[in-house]
Amino acid sequence: MKTDALIERLSEGAAPVHRRAALWSLALGLGAGCVASFALMDMWLGIRPDLMPAMHTGAYWMKFFYTLLFAAAGFWTLERLSRPGAPSKPQMVLEALPFAVLAAWAAMKMMMAPADARMPMLMGASHQVCPWRITILALPVFIGVFWGMRRLAPTRPVIAGAAAGLLAGAAGAFIYAFHCDENAAAFVALWYTVGIAMMGLLGALLGRFLLRW
Amino acid sequence: MSETETRLKALMLAGLAGDAAAYRTLLSELTPHLRAFFKRRLGNAADAEDLVQETLIAIHTKRATYDAALPFTAWLHAVARYKLIDHFRRSKIRRTLPLEEADSIFAEEDVESVSAKRDVEQLLATLPKAKSDLVRSVKIEGLSTAEAAERAGLSESGVKVGVHRALKALSAMIGQKP
Repeated sequence: MKTDALIERLSEGAAPVHRRAALWSLALGLGAGCVASFALMDMWLGIRPDLMPAMHTGAYWMKFFYTLLFAAAGFWTLERLSRPGAPSKPQMVLEALPFAVLAAWAAMKMMMAPADARMPMLMGASHQVCPWRITILALPVFIGVFWGMRRLAPTRPVIAGAAAGLLAGAAGAFIYAFHCDENAAAFVALWYTVGIAMMGLLGALLGRFLLRW
Repeated sequence: MSETETRLKALMLAGLAGDAAAYRTLLSELTPHLRAFFKRRLGNAADAEDLVQETLIAIHTKRATYDAALPFTAWLHAVARYKLIDHFRRSKIRRTLPLEEADSIFAEEDVESVSAKRDVEQLLATLPKAKSDLVRSVKIEGLSTAEAAERAGLSESGVKVGVHRALKALSAMIGQKP
């Protein structure tokens, strides 16, 4: 086809685009994934029975805010990476911040604890299942976020895929925290992060193939 | 902010708001820029034109990803650059075809040029030897008229006329105009 004819055809089909259309696309994918993931968690693992009393402890809110802030920064990073030419460095730095703060906090708590209490703090009672459960709960979010991002235009597919995986992992961890009854910052800093990082890796691997446009 | 940026951004924002005329102006204005951008980097006009069209389509289908808070030219450049990298990636895949396939591509080319050579030889053989020698030295070996004249012991205009008549006779034989 001639280029002029192409321009003619494209401008005929130029419907107005909402200013926040790109944001909505990602938010919709994220939201639908989270709903599916929460339902999966509720059916498979169940919300912890002591949720109400647990909400009065700092440990509960530590998990809550770690994963929530991670996911929020992850969403912002992803939104930047989905737009050609948009700078994304500050958002990436911000995304590393929740982990840096939690790791420092966990290290401090470990050093303050007696030597024989340190290993139990780090390993908890569920370290063998925790990262895997997070990845499984992250999968619906992963699908939703990739769906949303495929409609956009990430110019660096591997990095964008990794960011999408981290966001899905953080959202999966947030949802898993409704079931998990671990209390130590060190446990969360290590095993939650392992689960999230595995999703980041999966995203980087798949991004190469799924995020082409 | 440059004048170009200001004008293109205004057109883009109008286009996003549904102004088809502004949008058409934008795409038409971008096309020569894109064409120059790709030509400079590919040196192949046909590939460059394909990429111009692909980029125009990408600008259209991905126009929602333009953030009005950022410069339009930065967005445009990132889209064009992505399409260029994508093109290189695809053509690299094509160049690293499995060996057997690569062989068959070359073989096909060889067969064709060999049979073309044979056809030419058969046709030349139908001409008187003096004429076919002239055609061979000027049209196949690529000698200048002066060189061919010296070799054949003719004047330059004699060579020209001889070659011309020989080609005319050959075209008449295969039924085409010279």
